[in-house]
Amino acid sequence: MNLHEYQTKSLLERESILVPQGAVAMTPDGARQIAIDLGSVVAVKAQVLTGGRGKAGGIRLAGNPDEAEDAAAHILGMDIKGHKVQRVLVEQASHIKAELYLAALIDRTSQQIMVMASSEGGMEIEEVAARSPDKIRRIFADPFMGIRSYQCTRLAREIELPVALWPAFHRLVSKLHAALIKHDADLLEINPLIVDHSDQLVALDGKMTLDDNALYRQPEFGSELGSEDQHPTEVEALNAGLNFVYLGGNVACLANGAGLAMATMDAVKYYGGDPANFLDLGGGSSVEQVTQAVRIMVRDPGVRALLVNVAGGITRCDEVAEGMAAAMDEIETRIPFVVRLVGTNEAEAHRILEPYDVEFASRFSEAAMRVVELAREGAV
Amino acid sequence: MSILIDADTRILVQGFTGRQGSFHAERMLEYGSRVIGGVTPGKGGQEVLGLPVWNSVAEAVAEQAVDASIIFVPARFAADAIMEAADAGIGLICCITEHIPVHDMIKVRAYVNMKGSRLLGANCPGVISPGKSKMGIMPNQLFSPGTTGIVSRSGTLTYEVADALSQLGVGQSSVVGIGGDPIQGTNFIDVLKMFAGDPDTERVVMIGEIGGTAEQTAAEYLEAHHPNLPVFGFIAGVSAPPGKRMGHAGAIVSGGGGTSAADKIHMFRSMGLPVADHAEQLAEIVKASLEDRD
Repeated sequence: MNLHEYQTKSLLERESILVPQGAVAMTPDGARQIAIDLGSVVAVKAQVLTGGRGKAGGIRLAGNPDEAEDAAAHILGMDIKGHKVQRVLVEQASHIKAELYLAALIDRTSQQIMVMASSEGGMEIEEVAARSPDKIRRIFADPFMGIRSYQCTRLAREIELPVALWPAFHRLVSKLHAALIKHDADLLEINPLIVDHSDQLVALDGKMTLDDNALYRQPEFGSELGSEDQHPTEVEALNAGLNFVYLGGNVACLANGAGLAMATMDAVKYYGGDPANFLDLGGGSSVEQVTQAVRIMVRDPGVRALLVNVAGGITRCDEVAEGMAAAMDEIETRIPFVVRLVGTNEAEAHRILEPYDVEFASRFSEAAMRVVELAREGAV
Repeated sequence: MSILIDADTRILVQGFTGRQGSFHAERMLEYGSRVIGGVTPGKGGQEVLGLPVWNSVAEAVAEQAVDASIIFVPARFAADAIMEAADAGIGLICCITEHIPVHDMIKVRAYVNMKGSRLLGANCPGVISPGKSKMGIMPNQLFSPGTTGIVSRSGTLTYEVADALSQLGVGQSSVVGIGGDPIQGTNFIDVLKMFAGDPDTERVVMIGEIGGTAEQTAAEYLEAHHPNLPVFGFIAGVSAPPGKRMGHAGAIVSGGGGTSAADKIHMFRSMGLPVADHAEQLAEIVKASLEDRD
């Protein structure tokens, strides 16, 4: 789950990491009030869960409350890469002496927590990685010992931080590492981390991704299933216990297990089709979940054909068939179904679906080819 | 021979009295695995499937020899269950449980290594050495004994591939699911190393997916250490969009390069490793390579 800049900054502030003073507004008048309270030049920043908002005009400086109101009126409601702006963060503008990069994250390669820093802040870190990879420096946290002071010294030296800032940098790295663990985050990124006019290290922008598997013990965010950057159907599917990703093509795909679900989409694409979604039923799914899955897929106006590809193991084919039958009883649809159910209770599943207008396939490639063909006919 | 488990492996089941634990223990027994009993705290002294239940792993190992433990404990308690097994000195620990928080797994992995145990998973289907033993949740009937090893990040996709191989008469030495999580007890290289040292494994099928760069690291390892081991690959997620998590916690195309299916396939092919265009074709190219040889 991704957090907004304002949410990340409020967490950082609680860990006593410096952030610019500010507040969130949902209306131009709200932005004006915040600017009056701050009494300084302010930055008005769109709160959307996507990069490149600066280039899209989602960040404006305002010299007085009138300008702040104008800026907010302009930014609120704006569409940035498909994300509608509902909130702006209004905060004190900072004097920037230097822009750095600092992040703590789960590193798959080392299987540990990694702290990454760079003297090249303010741009996407992927850009720095591509252009000057030696400008990105890393240290690793021992799972039991954490980050040691000498490691921070090395990092500070390697990114050529002035010696006077080293003690503050040490404290900041320790706090960031602790916050990553405390909040069960996969990523906690400050970019840019600035050196301001009074030589303080201030987090000018922040990004945080929480581990979905740990939301149960993060009461602050655990109740918000799904975040604003998700397609509404994805949130609905999530609530039904399904792994669903909207892709926008014309062949709906349903499978059990993430690997098989991906391979199913891939096969559809390989035979010239366009997958409408990724849908993983998970292991041992219930009849009701299958019904809900079919409902969600059939409702998508772009879908022309539907493929069910289930390898029964923990998941029982007869339960998948029952779920499909219940959905077809309830929804009137002209979308053709291609069904491949192999493994546990396969024969029973075929008996259940016999009275329905579905095509059976026994081989993986045969199923993919046929559904692509049907989608094409449906599109004409 | 085979890797990780064989007909003599004595297996303990943690979470034995639960729905999943007892169901799969029964399937394992049907397959011929030597399940010796299980652990559920507070239910010690009871019997399940005619086998003893202990309160703790330590109690179990005090009474009987245990080589391996399979874990079906719910996610909130699974990290603890893995450490309990390692603490009791069990050499091979296989964790089926999905959704364990990643920060827990970082500590668990380090702890298991420190204790000298091997962890498989979490979030994996387990391991099967066809005809000998199964410690996992894969359907029994899809596998057949032979000389092809399989290592995979995915569960059901592995069943598909094993089934397709079996139908073409290509049997398997061992089939290992390393799991779909970003933090893993056992990775591709660990398993490839074991297969390379197994006299009965003549070729390996490697099933990867989007996310991370473990497939590339494994390909580099193979080139450097086992250039003569025939390896056949498949990567799931060619059609996956960037930035979206595809079911598995670890299956996400992210910035920094190398995490997409196209990147991985390109790397395999540039090293001369054959890669299938779609899942069903994988078994066919393995079969074709055997015919070429004859």
